[in-house]
This record gives sequence, C-alpha cells and structure tokens, in this order.
Amino acid sequence: MIYKLLMSVYKEFLLLRRDIGGLVILFVMPLVLIITVTLIQDSTFRKVSDAKIPILFVDEDQGKVAASVLENLEKSNYFSVLTKMDGKPITEAIAQEAVFKGQYQMAIIIPSHLSADLQVKIEHNVEKILGSFGLSDTLKKGVLKDPITQKEVKLYFDPAVQPSFKNAVMSSIDKMIAQIESKSIYTAFQDQLGDEASSSFEQKSFITFKEIMPRANDKDIVPNSVQHNVPAWSLFAIFFIVIPLSINIVKEKTQGTFVRLRTNPVSNAIVLGGKTISYLIICMIQFYMMIAVAIFLFPHLGLPALNVDGNIFLLSIVALFAGFAAIGFGILLGTVAKTQEQSAPFGATSVIILAALGGVWVPVFAMPKVMQFFARISPMNWGLNAFYDVFLRNVGILDILPKLGLLFLFFVITISIALMYEKKKRTV
Amino acid sequence: MYPIIEITALSKKYKDAEMYSLQNLTLSINEGEIYGLLGPNGAGKTTLISMLCGLIKPTSGSFTIHQLSYASNAFEIKKIIGVVPQEYALYPTLTARENLLYFGSMYGLKSKNLKDAVTDSLKLLGLMKFADKKIETFSGGMKRRVNLIAGILHQPKVLFLDEPTVGVDVQSKNAIIDYLKLLNTKGTTIIYTSHHLSEAQDFCSNIAILDRGQIYAQGTPSRLISEVPDARNLEDVFISLTGKELRDDI
Repeated sequence: MIYKLLMSVYKEFLLLRRDIGGLVILFVMPLVLIITVTLIQDSTFRKVSDAKIPILFVDEDQGKVAASVLENLEKSNYFSVLTKMDGKPITEAIAQEAVFKGQYQMAIIIPSHLSADLQVKIEHNVEKILGSFGLSDTLKKGVLKDPITQKEVKLYFDPAVQPSFKNAVMSSIDKMIAQIESKSIYTAFQDQLGDEASSSFEQKSFITFKEIMPRANDKDIVPNSVQHNVPAWSLFAIFFIVIPLSINIVKEKTQGTFVRLRTNPVSNAIVLGGKTISYLIICMIQFYMMIAVAIFLFPHLGLPALNVDGNIFLLSIVALFAGFAAIGFGILLGTVAKTQEQSAPFGATSVIILAALGGVWVPVFAMPKVMQFFARISPMNWGLNAFYDVFLRNVGILDILPKLGLLFLFFVITISIALMYEKKKRTV
Repeated sequence: MYPIIEITALSKKYKDAEMYSLQNLTLSINEGEIYGLLGPNGAGKTTLISMLCGLIKPTSGSFTIHQLSYASNAFEIKKIIGVVPQEYALYPTLTARENLLYFGSMYGLKSKNLKDAVTDSLKLLGLMKFADKKIETFSGGMKRRVNLIAGILHQPKVLFLDEPTVGVDVQSKNAIIDYLKLLNTKGTTIIYTSHHLSEAQDFCSNIAILDRGQIYAQGTPSRLISEVPDARNLEDVFISLTGKELRDDI
C-alpha cells in the first residue's frame, strides 16, 4: 500500500515536471502576486508615502484659517496641494469640474470671510462667557454684531474614490478645522484677558493616546505591510492550488486513466492520497518560497523584511493545514466537475470569494453581520486568523489548535464528499 | 475446463433510461477461452464489461469471477483481472516506460519484477526503442500497444478488452492479436468486444452476439455460421440476427 502511495506521489511529480506552464503558475505566480500586492499596499501602511495625492485648494477666504488649513495640508505629506491651474487661481467651478471628471481625486473649498467671521463669532462667545463671570470691566471693546451664519468647508471627491479614503480624508480635515477653531478660541481668551493670561493657557492637548503593542522577546510587535500581506496573500496563493489540482483530476477522468485506476487493485483513497501528498509538498514549497522572498528580497525593494523570529515552525504548521483545506476543496471540485471549462473558472472564482469572505481584502469586523457569519465558516478566515495569531498576536500552538482543527475538518469533509460522490456515480 | 466467469440473470438499467441496457443475462465463460462479445452500438457490450470490471454496479443479478463475487471480494477480483479500455487511458506527457511502471505498481508489482515485466512487454510489442518517449508523440497503433501492456503486466487470469484494435494499422493490429494469443496460451482467459467481425471470427474460441441487452446467439464461430442458412461468415450471422437497421438513436 505504501509503495502504491509513493508511486502515486512520484507520478504526480512527473506529471508536474512535464508541465512547464503549470509549474510557472504554481511557483512563479504566487511570488509575483505577493511582491505586487505588498508593494501596492505598503503605502497604506506608511505614514509617509513617496507618492503624494494631488488635490485642489480653492481659497475664497484669503484669511488666517485658509492659510492654516493650507499649511497643515502641505505639512501632512499625504497631499500635494494645487492652488493654481495654468497660472490662474482655481475657482470652485473649475475645481468641481476637474474633480468630477476624475482629473483630481479631491478639492477643498474654503468659503469667503471664514477667518473674519470665525474671529467675530469666537470673540462674541468669549465676551459672553467672561461677562457671565463679572469680568466685563476687564474686557476689551465688545465685538457683537449681527448673528453670523454657519460656515461650510466644501469637499469635492472624484466619484471613483473609495469610501474608506473619503472617510479618512474627511476625518483628518475635520480634526484640522477643529484644532484651528480651538486655537482661535484660546487666542480670543488671551486677547480679552490681556497680557497676564498669556502664560496661563497651555494649548497642547491634555488627552493624548498611545497604542500598546503586543510584545515578544521584550520587543514590541509592530505590524507593517509585510506582516499583514505575506500571511494573507500566501494563504490566497495556497488556495489557488485548487485550480491545477481540479484540472489534474478532470484530465485523469477525460483521458481515461481514472477509469483504468478504478479497475486496478488500488483504492480511491490511495489515488487521492497520492495527489494530497504531492500537492501538500507543492503548497509547502510555495509557502517557503514566499517567506524567503519576503525575508530576503523585500528589503531590496524598499519594503520591510518579514520577521519570522522563532515562528517558522508554527507558520509551517498553519501553511500545512491551510494546504490540507485547499487540497480537499480542489479534489472535491475536480471530482464533481466534468470538464476543465467547469473546474478552472469555478475554482478561480470560488477562491476569490473565499478570500473575500476570509478577510483578505476587507477585515471581517468591517463586514455586514450576514457576511461576518459566512466569514466565520470560511476556511480562508480560519487560516488567515491562524497566520495573524502567529505573526502578529504572538500566540502558542494551543491557541491556534482550534483553527487548525477546523481546517483539517474541512479537508476531511470535502474528501469524504468526493469519495461518496465517486461511489454514487458507480451505481448509475 | 471450469467456468471462470459465471453470470446469472444480470440486468442493468441506467438512471433515467427508459430501457434496460442489459436484461436478465446469463452466461458462462470457461477458463482459457477467448470469448468475443459482439453486437451493434448500444447492444450492452460495454455495460457488461464495465460491470465485470467493477466500474458500475448491476441493477439486479449476480456474477462471479474465479468463484469470487464483487460484493465481498472486489479487491481480490481486481488483482486477477486485467482491463484494456477502448480509450488510450495513458498519461500523454509521461513516457511509455513511466506509464507502465506506474500502472504495473498499482497491480502490486515492485522493483525488478516490475521493471522486467515492462521491458519484456515493450520488447514483445516492438516498442523497446520508444520506451522513453512521451506517449503524446506516439502514433495511434503505438498507443494501443502501450494501452494493452498497461492491462496485462501482472499476467491476469482474466483479461477484458474493449475494442483493442480500433483505429490501428494492420501491423499494429497483428502485433496486438499475436500477443493476445500468446497470453492466452499462457492461461489468460480473454473477453473481447469488437466491431471487426472477421478479426473476431479468426481470434475467438467462443462468441456471444448481443443486441438490446440480450444474448441472441452464442457458440463457436463455425457453429454460429453453420446455424444460419446461407451465412458465409460471422458478418452474415450478425446481420441476420441484429438486422440492418441503423442504431444511431440508441
């Protein structure tokens, strides 16, 4: 039995060796995938990106507030701010047209008289407050005029811009405006109270926040694009084994070798066992190649090197069990599909769906409730969480055991269904 | 001679099919025979062989091979039978030797025995100098010969052949038939289906003519010819029993 199994594994490797295209897909494409995706996604993890987003800035205010917003935007390092086009100042209409046509991703319009009106409004409020404390005689001349209408800073976004980007930009501009407003309030108090108050207002934020990182070996585990992307996309690549494996099985059926094997004194379990072992070995080679690229090649591409400090064993275990799940799915798909035209597109699409459900693109917590449910029963999610547990949460094998168990259970269930389906077909 | 295959009231009706593909078929094949199963398309030949090889299950009835039944001895039966399917059933990107070493190992052959069996068979069928060429580069006749070897490396007691000479040149056909005769002299019982009636007439010791899932006649080729008035050969017997009607709709 062992000899038959070994010969089956040997045969699978021979078949793969003769299929250069298949080998390229199996070993080169995952590397291309992981390098491309990590390079693209790296900028979202960095505070300072090499590429700045050009935005249009329309200053109808011509005052301190607009100047302050402009200064902050330029200092932020995210944006390259344009105030003129073709040598002329940008108007709201020009900005709107350029952004809605997709020539720019965003425009900010600072309304006219914003600085002056903000100043009047704040001084009026300050005077009212100080007056209620009986400090009216210390006040400078009153500034109350007619009620001032609320001001609006307008933001135009290219309709193709992702909502997440929009939200992030809106939130940082909101924060920027709030800071300018509170700074103006402090300044107004100082002006009203005179010189003796100038040293009493500390304008730095009293409440700050600090992110506490998990620690390992007395060092913070700081996530970066590589720590996030390598596990996610390695898993994605491991699951792509579904396609060549299902094609391999469909080919065996169409070329008649599967029928021949069914007439031989060899169980279907041995035949599928041979495929499982060989494709597991391929999964592991793929995984180690991706890890090696992330450790040794990424620093040469300007990316952080993958840190696998003491985790390579646990990572290998997770990759192995993810490989089991992917192989089970591939075998089931190959068994049920009648043609390569069925198995290949279905395999590719289903892996992408599983990846989406698993949280490779959008974190599970950000999904709608119903999708969170499906994510919880997605093998890609179990694998991804197990990888994150090891990479980022610094847990031990006992903590990832339930996820490994689920991945193996998925393998057992898919293989069992494939074997039952095959058996049922014999009774046609 | 004892009956190596005994079939009793065997029937097969495929799911959703209106008619039985094989109906209440009873047949006995003696050890050492070359038994021809002849019939038009849809007669039930491949269905019968598929059941005897364990590929599909009968709807009713039973059979034994070498006094073993599939219900309790599937694995033992598979060890003593050889199957040569109509399709080439080989890995196109592997060489002839690699294919044969793999399929031989699935029959339980190992190391020197396996290598010797492969080399001897390749020599006997004139394929030795192509042993290390990929199957995808082979002609139809060469593929047929490798296909045959893949089913007989373990020297089976019973060999099932589904149209083993279809689409091959005369030289390859002769090589295959000669080799099968040699196997038969060494004790292998051969069950063979074909549309080549003259080939079957020369090759088979016994013949059953099937149509619509039933046996219409069986016996030695000479006896069958003698029993049909004015028949000069097996083709005349075949037409007389199964008619001239085309079977494309079956």
